[in-house]
Amino acid sequence: MTALAALIRRDIRIALRVGGGALIGVLFFLSVVVLMPFAVGPDLKLLARLGPAILWLGALLASLLTLDRLFTADHEDGSLDLIVMSRTPLELACGAKALAHWIAAGLPLIVATPVLGLLLNLDTLSTAAVALTLLAGTPALTFTGMIGAALAVTLHRGGLLLAVLVLPLSIPVLIFGVAASEAAITGPQGFGAPFAILCALSLVSFVIGPFAAAASLRQGLD
Amino acid sequence: MRLSGQNLRCVRGGREVFAGLDFGAEAGELLAVTGANGSGKTSLLRLIAGLLVPAEGAIVLASGEAELTLAEQAHYLGHRDALKPALSVMENLAFWRDFLGGEVSDAGKSLEAVGLDHAAHLPAAYLSAGQRRRLSLARLLAVRRPLWLLDEPTAALDAAGQELFAGLMRDHLARGGLIVAATHGPLGLEARELKIGGAL
Repeated sequence: MTALAALIRRDIRIALRVGGGALIGVLFFLSVVVLMPFAVGPDLKLLARLGPAILWLGALLASLLTLDRLFTADHEDGSLDLIVMSRTPLELACGAKALAHWIAAGLPLIVATPVLGLLLNLDTLSTAAVALTLLAGTPALTFTGMIGAALAVTLHRGGLLLAVLVLPLSIPVLIFGVAASEAAITGPQGFGAPFAILCALSLVSFVIGPFAAAASLRQGLD
Repeated sequence: MRLSGQNLRCVRGGREVFAGLDFGAEAGELLAVTGANGSGKTSLLRLIAGLLVPAEGAIVLASGEAELTLAEQAHYLGHRDALKPALSVMENLAFWRDFLGGEVSDAGKSLEAVGLDHAAHLPAAYLSAGQRRRLSLARLLAVRRPLWLLDEPTAALDAAGQELFAGLMRDHLARGGLIVAATHGPLGLEARELKIGGAL
């Protein structure tokens, strides 16, 4: 446990310091959402209708932006060798790294959502619904994205490849995330069903993500 | 404790680096791996560390701790220092001490032993190449592992640093440790030599 706590603490600390990923993700999220009204035009009704989708897309892209450094940074400076050799199972270490990434890069997105909801003409209820679905859904983005990040380690300059690998995997999360938010805002379907599936996607990714990432890291050792 | 490898063959990128390599070392012994650039010194260390898989042959650590794998009983000091520039010297060392676990000693004392205690709160980004090396050496002291795998350990160290390092290795061997070091220069203490033939 100490080992995993130490790993989580270290990754969060690095993300919060100068040049870390935490702030970059939020700023990117902010820029995507701020640009959207300029592209769509000053139609407040339309903005409110597109709001949840825009927030979800922004969060997806922002979490992808910082995800490609999840393992490559450790690979480049040799830390990954020591992590692989350590007495901590690699699966747990992968899970801990993903958790740290979510805390440092995912949570700030959710905290920023209410502010960005204002820019998209969303009312309080809609904003709360989007924030809640992001809270349930972004862990799935991180834990499935981790698989792509582990694959990218072996391939030099894998950053763009990560997007190609991970985006298809995140489609279900996007569908049910937006569906749950819209159900809460406009109805007529209930909020429960899509939200439950969203939670299920997150839980499945908790199980599959660390094992798949550890397997691909072991495969890619050189 | 005895580390031995039989009939090792290493293939990297479809090219055979070495084949039919045998070696052995007892507890308290320093095995110096020498050979030309590209002869496979680093590959051999990574094979022992379990970071590469041998194409043929096997590496065994006899009478170590039965519940742990070879890699879990080894320290690997590679070309890359495994340091995070954003963290301070102390944070870097404390992380590896907590993460690697097992039998650990005080991080502050380990820093003192390698002569870095004055820089404990400096971000690692500001360290020189030699200081980075010293910080990596502090990791060997902060966490106790019987087997040390060292890749060019004295690179970038100044004369005082090399002397200090020879002392650290001597202490480790005296406690029954085992060291495998890939090197070009003299290490400053008695060693059994393993010469890897000139592939490439």
